[in-house]
Amino acid sequence: MSFQPVKFYQTGTFTVGNRLLAPEQRSVQAATSRRNSLNSGHRACQGCGEALGARYAIDAAMEATGNRMVVVNATGCLEVFSTPYPETSWQIPWIHSLFGNAPAVATGVAAALKVKRLKGLLGDVRVVAQGGDGGTTDIGFGCLSGMFERNDDVFYICYDNGGYMNTGVQRSSATPPAARTATTEAVGPTPGHAFGQGKFVPAIAMAHDIPYVATATVADLRDLEYKVRKAMTFRGARYLHILVPCPLGWGAASKDTLRIARLAKETGVFPVFEAESGELTGSSKIRHVLPVEEYLRPQKRFAHLFGPKPDVAAIARLQALANRNIRKYRLLDEEAL
Amino acid sequence: MDKPFAITLDPGSSLANRTGSWRTERPVYVDRLPPCNNACPAGEDIQGWLYHAESGDYEAAWRHLTRDNPFPAIMGRVCYHSCETACNRGRLDEAVGINAVERFLGDEAIRRGWQFAKPETETGKHVLIVGAGPAGMSAAYHLRRSGHRVTVHEAGPLLGGMMRFGIPKYRLPRDVLDAEMRRVIDMGVEVVLNSKVGNLLATMQDGRFDAAFLAVGAHIGKRASIPAGTVARILDAVSVLRSMEGEEKPLLGRRVVVYGGGNTAIDVARTARRMGAEPIIVYRRTRDKMPAHDLEVEEALQEGVMIKWLSTIRQAGESSITVEKMVLDESGFPQPTGEFETLEADSVVLALGQDVDLGLLDGVPGLEFVDGVVKVDGQMMTGHPGVFAGGDMVPTDRNITVGVGHGKKAARHIDAWLRGTTYVAPPKHPLATFERLNTWYYSDAPQTVRPVLDIIRRQSTFEEVQGGLDETNALFEARRCLSCGNCFECDNCYGVCPDNAVIKLGPGQRFEINYDYCKGCGLCAAECPCGAIDMVPEDG
Amino acid sequence: MLKQIEGSRAVAEAVALCRPDVICAYPISPQTHIVEGLGEMVKAGAIAPCEFINVESEFAAMSVAIGASAAGARSYTATASQGLLFMVEAVYNASGLGLPIVMTVANRAIGAPINIWNDHSDAVSQRDSGWLQLFAETNQEAADLHIQAFRIAEELSLPVMVCMDGFILTHAYERVDLPTQEMVDAFLPPYAPRQVLDPGEPVTIGTMVGPEAFTEVRYLAHEKQRQALELMPAVAAEFRAAFGRDSGGLVRGYRLDDAETVVIAMGSVLGTLKDTVDELRDAGVNIGVLGVVSFRPFPSAAVRAALQSVRRLVVLEKYFALGSGGVLAADVQMALGKNGGEIYSVIAGLGGRPITKKSLRGLLEMAVRDELVQLTFLDLDRTLVAKQLARERQTRRSGPAAESILRDVHGTMARNEGKKS
Repeated sequence: MSFQPVKFYQTGTFTVGNRLLAPEQRSVQAATSRRNSLNSGHRACQGCGEALGARYAIDAAMEATGNRMVVVNATGCLEVFSTPYPETSWQIPWIHSLFGNAPAVATGVAAALKVKRLKGLLGDVRVVAQGGDGGTTDIGFGCLSGMFERNDDVFYICYDNGGYMNTGVQRSSATPPAARTATTEAVGPTPGHAFGQGKFVPAIAMAHDIPYVATATVADLRDLEYKVRKAMTFRGARYLHILVPCPLGWGAASKDTLRIARLAKETGVFPVFEAESGELTGSSKIRHVLPVEEYLRPQKRFAHLFGPKPDVAAIARLQALANRNIRKYRLLDEEAL
Repeated sequence: MDKPFAITLDPGSSLANRTGSWRTERPVYVDRLPPCNNACPAGEDIQGWLYHAESGDYEAAWRHLTRDNPFPAIMGRVCYHSCETACNRGRLDEAVGINAVERFLGDEAIRRGWQFAKPETETGKHVLIVGAGPAGMSAAYHLRRSGHRVTVHEAGPLLGGMMRFGIPKYRLPRDVLDAEMRRVIDMGVEVVLNSKVGNLLATMQDGRFDAAFLAVGAHIGKRASIPAGTVARILDAVSVLRSMEGEEKPLLGRRVVVYGGGNTAIDVARTARRMGAEPIIVYRRTRDKMPAHDLEVEEALQEGVMIKWLSTIRQAGESSITVEKMVLDESGFPQPTGEFETLEADSVVLALGQDVDLGLLDGVPGLEFVDGVVKVDGQMMTGHPGVFAGGDMVPTDRNITVGVGHGKKAARHIDAWLRGTTYVAPPKHPLATFERLNTWYYSDAPQTVRPVLDIIRRQSTFEEVQGGLDETNALFEARRCLSCGNCFECDNCYGVCPDNAVIKLGPGQRFEINYDYCKGCGLCAAECPCGAIDMVPEDG
Repeated sequence: MLKQIEGSRAVAEAVALCRPDVICAYPISPQTHIVEGLGEMVKAGAIAPCEFINVESEFAAMSVAIGASAAGARSYTATASQGLLFMVEAVYNASGLGLPIVMTVANRAIGAPINIWNDHSDAVSQRDSGWLQLFAETNQEAADLHIQAFRIAEELSLPVMVCMDGFILTHAYERVDLPTQEMVDAFLPPYAPRQVLDPGEPVTIGTMVGPEAFTEVRYLAHEKQRQALELMPAVAAEFRAAFGRDSGGLVRGYRLDDAETVVIAMGSVLGTLKDTVDELRDAGVNIGVLGVVSFRPFPSAAVRAALQSVRRLVVLEKYFALGSGGVLAADVQMALGKNGGEIYSVIAGLGGRPITKKSLRGLLEMAVRDELVQLTFLDLDRTLVAKQLARERQTRRSGPAAESILRDVHGTMARNEGKKS
């Protein structure tokens, strides 16, 4: 297990911080001195999982690097809501170039920083690139794979909300099967997104044998921070894929963002694990395994599965996918089985 | 840096964009009444003192606890802890072992010799307390704390009342009782033992008392009309238990029938068992209808006490009794069946409740009585101004904790009355219900089991049955508290806000919402483990 | 130092003399020899410290250059043709962000039909990209322009494209005078970025700009191009002073004195044109040549000044806007306005079609007699296109034009072969 939650809510658990913990054991997010790399005033929707995930991840990376880092951002919600002229929410060196080139831009930044270091002009400065699932798993995938393959010294973070939310909720290669999007409408004989399409980029990242690949959800801050910290201990290409629910695109209440992310993990829909050099090294275990319906029901994008005649077959297929994740990524505690 | 226009911007400039204007609902921090506190007859701030215990600051915990109840070591042994029944954690795994932690704190206080502070100023008022039981001694403590002179008149030879004469040693060791009584005396409370007040008004006048609190308890055992031969040995439970404190132990014989289904019946049966008898409780209804605390019933059964359910005693003879089987009717009342059975019995102990000796009130004008007890108003005052009453002698549930609670409540009103004012209890917060919690954040941690004395020793000796927690597991247990309804500074709201709109004010200062940026998404409220944030609609 | 050297190698060595920090490369003919040369030099430690990155596409190449430049590195890449088109989004982005990247474009045609040979359709397609676009006439100038390009780019914080004709220059072995490192170091100071990603002074680069400021942003970018028009002649003059050669600048005239007819062109064709003009001058024709070095920004004033008393212009270019006509011609016309003389637009050398002195001479003689039509396609096989057009008139579904034409071409060749035998 990658992260051992300390027993008792007052001494660790799953909360952000805790008055009884030693300061070094507390989450970066618990500190009043936290960086707030993504500052207030951004224009993300209420309850945006991506805004939260980005602050979690970037603050943790800032902490891990002693604020010595540069961030490259792909086009997408995160970029648009954070940097509309004349205001930016970022409090870090940050660059946005294009939708599909963040990994390559990051490679360039890393190369430049390396040369400057060799010239003695600069100390060690690290590079983090980030984008949504569209910018990562679709349009930016070529650049991502290239960056992985060259093992460039870039930590890439994908905020996966399962679709092109910025353009109005269209389907991406990270959209789950059966989900309704604006381009996979809940109409016709097979409503929602098709089964058997899309790709799970963490597994593809592992296939590149890069030093470190991990997944996380925005609902488990400590696990997320641990993975960011760990990623920053490696040199070379690293990949973190964070599930960030989108209240707008998923048709969920803004207050339910973290609950749904938790349910994604607890149902096995989204496996949380880490891998080094292509090998699975740890899984965050499911605490109380739940049926996929628990995850699907609060989301309007799956509402067509639960009409007067529930689509039992589709739900069963989704359950089978979750079960496969549970087996493949060893998501249940063997001792508990 | 020569920044290109519009393309390159200074960091963090989005603070100019006040996203608070998007909001339709606002988060508001609230405090709610934890169910444990709500259920405590003594009005303890359980969550409050557990909070200190969680930090390992046991003295602070003890001092917080004793603001409301001066007898944690006693409570930790004899209280039926309705707090634990109400505890929200019971719906998650098991209730927090509040009672065990309370006992730990009480024992720790005795071990370390923690004392109550004496009042800094004296009011010059003098209060008479009649009866040194839980209600009387509790009132004495609280009144003394408020700076009043307090004199307790106790009819018996020792302090404690029912805590001594009604609770067996195996549940409450006498050194513990003595220590907690002593600590109250040490505050400067005067006690007159073996002093039965026969005429209240005369006593008050003689002693120039400004007010009186009556807490004489109820210790006249109720009799049932059982046709009995002259040779039948019939005793009452209170007398049996009281005589256990004296030199001459009661003669019960081998086969002891205890008649009744309350806690006193259990106490007598378990006492008899320890004296070598084979007690059998005869009770007219079923176990689930039994008023005795189920944990005690269970312990009694473990120790070899037998219970004859759905039975009433019809006749008592020299060495046997006749019982009639009962059935419960639709409304749950027992009805005779006409089936009879004979049980061997050397003695029959009646545990059918107690009556109050109201002799001291003869001639006091203005008093009202109902069902053999004194009526009091909402301020615990009888119909006679300045005369207050509490504990078993007023209409109430009869147990130690209720008595202690009456003592506190009466003391507050007496204090106000003496100052010519009225005590108004602060309004209670709405209840912190289980549904308001986000239990995800609490790790699975079942209750710590207190060590239990092995069964052979329990059947033969009066050693204490329940052990205490040691420091490690007391801390563990305290930390299982969910802090229902009240912020415990877990930083969740601070962490989960996507808009950094929660301001952390520092240790003990909790948090504030920055409404300039809060968009009202509700994540802080949803992710608050203890339900201490409400979402309130914005006006207009 | 004089060297008999391949054009690509000369450019590679010139780039190396500029001490690039980051070079990113994706192979495409005819650019390959340049990046191969640089790769070898970096690997051998001849350029150090320097990061040579083999990227997975031209889009990545330009993106890596963007990142490197924004982080304060002198960044270089090279491409051509489809490669340039593949990176277009990033090309625009680099200029929009004001990043002084230098890129060689080994000019090559754009498909379909796929064609690896030279014309200017790749670079000219990017005329609105916001990059400065310099066209080299010779390999010497190609080498020199790279040294000037870094200087100009970094002074203006704008990217510069150095265009050199694919194969004709890139693969030609010629005598090139390469300067010493000391000379280049004296001419080109270390890169001092206007904006940089620096943890010590964080900034947000690449914001989203809405209607409230977009026009202003674009206007300022245009103004930057105007500033380039002032800077480039100054840099060229400085270059001449330091290196003793005329290279770069905005335009370069040849035999313009009392010229009534002037041919305007870009790139290596200028050499052939000059020879042709010499012959015509010998035949008594008052004709000259104006070479455009800076295609973007377009030096309207310099063109106007050079062509004050000219009666007719022949604008010869290796590219045209389908459905419109010559692009350089349109720019020239715009520059001269109503006062300009007759302008003949000539499209030549597409997809590597040789531009021979013979054809040029015939063309210019017709021009001087004002017998040219407004838009001329040099050496166009009129029989062939007529046949295809006729076929298309007959059958709507006549198949892809290119293949049909190829059939005709081969048919013609076969017939010719037959005649020969």
